[in-house]
Amino acid sequence: MEHTSTLEKILRGTAITLVILFFMFPIFWIFLMSFQTNETILRVPPSIVFEPTLSNYTALITGKLDTAAGTLEISFMKNLWNSLFLSTASVAVGLVLGVPAAYAFARLKFRGSEDIAFTLLSFRFAPPLLVLLPLTIYFQQIGLADTYIGLIWVYQLIVLPLILWIVRGYFEDIPADVEYAYRIAGHSWGATFRKIALPLAGPGIAAAGLLAFIFAWNNFIFALVLASADKQPVTVGALAFVTASGIQYGQVAAGIVLSILPTFALALYAQRYLVEGLSLGAVKG
Amino acid sequence: MSDATMNQKPRRGFRVSRGALPYLLSLPALLTCIGILIPFFTAVAYSLQRYRLSQPWARKWNWGENYLNFLSDPAFWNTLKVSLTYAFLTVGLELLLGLGIALLLQKRTRFNNFVSIMLLMPLMTAPALASLMWKLMTNPGFGILSYFASLIGLEDFRWASDPSTAMLTVVLVDIWVYTPFIMILLLAGLRSLPQQPFEAAALDGVPRLFVFWRITLPMLTPFLLTATLFRVIESIQQFDIIYAMTQGGPGDKLTVFQVEAYLNFFQSTNVGRSAALLMILWAITYILSNIFIKNWLRLRERQRGEA
Repeated sequence: MEHTSTLEKILRGTAITLVILFFMFPIFWIFLMSFQTNETILRVPPSIVFEPTLSNYTALITGKLDTAAGTLEISFMKNLWNSLFLSTASVAVGLVLGVPAAYAFARLKFRGSEDIAFTLLSFRFAPPLLVLLPLTIYFQQIGLADTYIGLIWVYQLIVLPLILWIVRGYFEDIPADVEYAYRIAGHSWGATFRKIALPLAGPGIAAAGLLAFIFAWNNFIFALVLASADKQPVTVGALAFVTASGIQYGQVAAGIVLSILPTFALALYAQRYLVEGLSLGAVKG
Repeated sequence: MSDATMNQKPRRGFRVSRGALPYLLSLPALLTCIGILIPFFTAVAYSLQRYRLSQPWARKWNWGENYLNFLSDPAFWNTLKVSLTYAFLTVGLELLLGLGIALLLQKRTRFNNFVSIMLLMPLMTAPALASLMWKLMTNPGFGILSYFASLIGLEDFRWASDPSTAMLTVVLVDIWVYTPFIMILLLAGLRSLPQQPFEAAALDGVPRLFVFWRITLPMLTPFLLTATLFRVIESIQQFDIIYAMTQGGPGDKLTVFQVEAYLNFFQSTNVGRSAALLMILWAITYILSNIFIKNWLRLRERQRGEA
């Protein structure tokens, strides 16, 4: 099994090179584009030799876009902030709601526990629009239309099942004996949860939080349906930006780069937990 | 010692009985979701009504009419066809590619681990933004991919704006984003397989193709099944990639379920039809996700048992 012929080595090498090329090229190309002016982008044939410029990034950060028709206000930084705020707040709420529930499902087997856990999981697989369309009408009636609170609430549909099922797995991996010993020493249930279970499951909780953050950040459809321009995250904002900016392709590219960097950084940081998280705890990496 | 700690702790104002505790812990999470579940029943009701936002006065129950109309509605059959084609093409190609890449990277070398981490980047890109990236690359004026196409003799290759290649383009974006998902699941699966059967086969000099078909694949089946079902459920509901790329166009070439429902609701303001479409999609995903959850649970149990 171990001896490989030269031919096979060459084939393998070619295959891996092609794979890397296909998956990395778009990121590489958009990254290059974000440092180019429109003139160099529009050159035919395209070339990777150009004078890099930071003008696209400064335009996005200052919010002033110079077009042929005059200066255009752009709210890209606002979008970025919305993404950050919505994702962080959703994950925070998701953790507060999800971690105790995950503990209950893992430790205190109770009547109906599996049913409830599955109901929560099944939300992960239902078509989001089914809930979103009626929700637009309801939100208008109860005054949650176009509010951060309304959005954060709806984001729980993505965040909660993820946190619940990953964290549950981590709690199940902790031997219950430690907790029983602590309980027998006379500590209350709450103290056991805080002092023993939470710290032991800490890394898992952190990983679930990071993953949930990535999913919330990457979400598109919830905000597209429920948020107006000033509440929109980058995913929706970038799309509007393409139409608004007309032909400012360099700035669109720079916007994309700024929007995907945070998730890349987090994924790199949490890569150890990614496999487990993406499979909702079924497969260990 | 236990007495001392007990005395230190002041008694709480109220005590939760042990039986109620788990419910108390899981209730907030459940309530949050149930609050969002109410709209689900509203959607069921909408789907049984004649309801157009533009003609609120004509709103009335028409029971199964929206569904019955689908039978003779070419637009509906088009939606079904486009959705199934999309799901079939994306998941099929992603499985083949993902399995191939996982096999390439199976050995735990530093280089392989590095590559597999690199391949996570497309998966971490928001699908809507991935579409934008590909839009910039397939722009007929300056897109690098349009340029490449012209180099191999495809002059004026219009990617997503041409009805005959629109599906190909969005499938390509989907493959770019989601192949890494299948790849890392299968890679984790491959690496968790017990080594004895492979060692025995190597000792006996069994041909490698035979080992792959008779040992690797059967042992990998639970992982393949989980990954496939997961992706089919998501793929048949795809919205982000298609909407960001073409909004369902050109024409009705890419009006998959959720895109069609979205356009029905917001453009033709036909709430009833939109809801009925989504109910059918929901029925499909409900069946699939039940099968999925069963499989997934079995796999989860097994993996956790071994860990």
